[in-house]
Amino acid sequence: MPSFAVEVSSLAKYFGQVAAVENVNFKVESGSITALLGGNGAGKTTTISILMGLLTPSKGDVYILEKNMIKDRYSILPNINFSSPYVDLPHRLTVEENLKVYAELYSIGSPNERIQELANRFDIEPLLGQKTGQLSAGQKTRVALAKALINYPQLLFLDEPTASLDPDTADWVRRYLQEYVAEKKATILLASHHMGEVERLCDTVLMMRDGGIVDTGSPKELLKKYGRQNMEEVFLDIARNRVQPDVTNG
Amino acid sequence: MDRSTRAFPLSLRRIFGMVRRHFYLLRGSLPRILEMAYWPTVQMVIWGFVTQFFMGHSSWVANAAGILIGAVLLWDLLFRSQIGFSMCFLEEMWSRNLGHLFVSPLRPYELIISMMLISFLRGIVGLLPSWILAFVFFEFSIFSYGVGIVAFFSCLFVMGWGLGMAVIALVLRFGLGAESLAWVAIFAFAPISAVYYPVSTLPDWLQIVAWCTPSAYVFEGMRSVMIDGIFRQDLLVGAIFVNCVYLCLGTLIFAWSFFGARQHGKLLQMGE
Repeated sequence: MPSFAVEVSSLAKYFGQVAAVENVNFKVESGSITALLGGNGAGKTTTISILMGLLTPSKGDVYILEKNMIKDRYSILPNINFSSPYVDLPHRLTVEENLKVYAELYSIGSPNERIQELANRFDIEPLLGQKTGQLSAGQKTRVALAKALINYPQLLFLDEPTASLDPDTADWVRRYLQEYVAEKKATILLASHHMGEVERLCDTVLMMRDGGIVDTGSPKELLKKYGRQNMEEVFLDIARNRVQPDVTNG
Repeated sequence: MDRSTRAFPLSLRRIFGMVRRHFYLLRGSLPRILEMAYWPTVQMVIWGFVTQFFMGHSSWVANAAGILIGAVLLWDLLFRSQIGFSMCFLEEMWSRNLGHLFVSPLRPYELIISMMLISFLRGIVGLLPSWILAFVFFEFSIFSYGVGIVAFFSCLFVMGWGLGMAVIALVLRFGLGAESLAWVAIFAFAPISAVYYPVSTLPDWLQIVAWCTPSAYVFEGMRSVMIDGIFRQDLLVGAIFVNCVYLCLGTLIFAWSFFGARQHGKLLQMGE
């Protein structure tokens, strides 16, 4: 297993004259759950898109699972996956059809068994025959997670992994993700606006603002550093640039 | 196991995975299947009756019964090929699925090959009823003219793919606002394809333009087979050569557009 699942150095992306991200450097340890946090426009989506190979960086290097994302993209892709509430699965296909298609795209051996296993895990068995477009937001989130795990990814990108889930299901999903990481020695990089989730799930937090990483550490370290009771307060401090860590620490 | 060791440059499984995706889409929607067959069938019926009328009023049509029906069926084949190809990509954009597809190991050229296969299947499903009805009601079968017609017929499919690649490249570049191009782009080629009249009917300067389209060779070839009973290999070679140019240009435009989409982050954002 590589030491770092993600290594980013001097990353920059410009859209015309505008820098969406600039001079971004970070590493994500293998087998960890890391959160990428920041307000709207901070550069999270741009960074994650570059890490997944959907967006070409203007500058910098991105290594995923010790391979260069620009040069070795197609040897990396079978080992990663993602889920986002903002990227849909085809609405007119049933859940089972969608999962079968992605099982083919990822060349999964015994696809039916894998789909059944995921259906049991995410409690979507009764939904398999339903059109994906007819599902509730919470059901769609569970189906998207099942799709994201269909290839046993070594690195999983999750955008709002528990969006629209009721507290019970969200709690169950978080527990499942922790088990998955522990069992498969996988790595998760997630973006979430649910600070309780970040506090509970994540080993490391990367805080972004104005296209750069402005702070990093474990949730405990950041709480201590900013002298706050919860991650939401830390998030607000950083997003609004209103408290400097050294001032808070006294 | 590190699945990267299984990263082959071309995977039939991924290609058929995409074919399967569109098969599921069609299987689950009777209106889509009916829509595919509706227009070719209506066209064939109209031109079948027009042919019957002209049989008694035009010696040219009387000498080559079925030439108008043949032209209509082949023109619809070209249209179905292009629209079938473009629709596959538009379906992915409408369903905001491009992000999932391009984070999977699916290569752009595998997607293109799968769209060609789906376009072929959609074309056959859409045109089969009109071919059957043409035979039943007007005793016309395009296949009765031999293998030559099938060769020309294949050239129209390939031309549709080349144009389809250019169309989806423009949609990828300019967004779904350009999707209507998928429906109308092919009609710019209708006047210069010489579907219902010989290329020589066109003004001299337009004849030069016409010979830059594979379809002009095909429809001239079709008339040669149906009127004179001669299969003109030179026209087939011309159609194949121009088709190669169209495919290369279509591929280049698509590659340019795909590269641009990755530069501008459009693969994740595109959708309705």
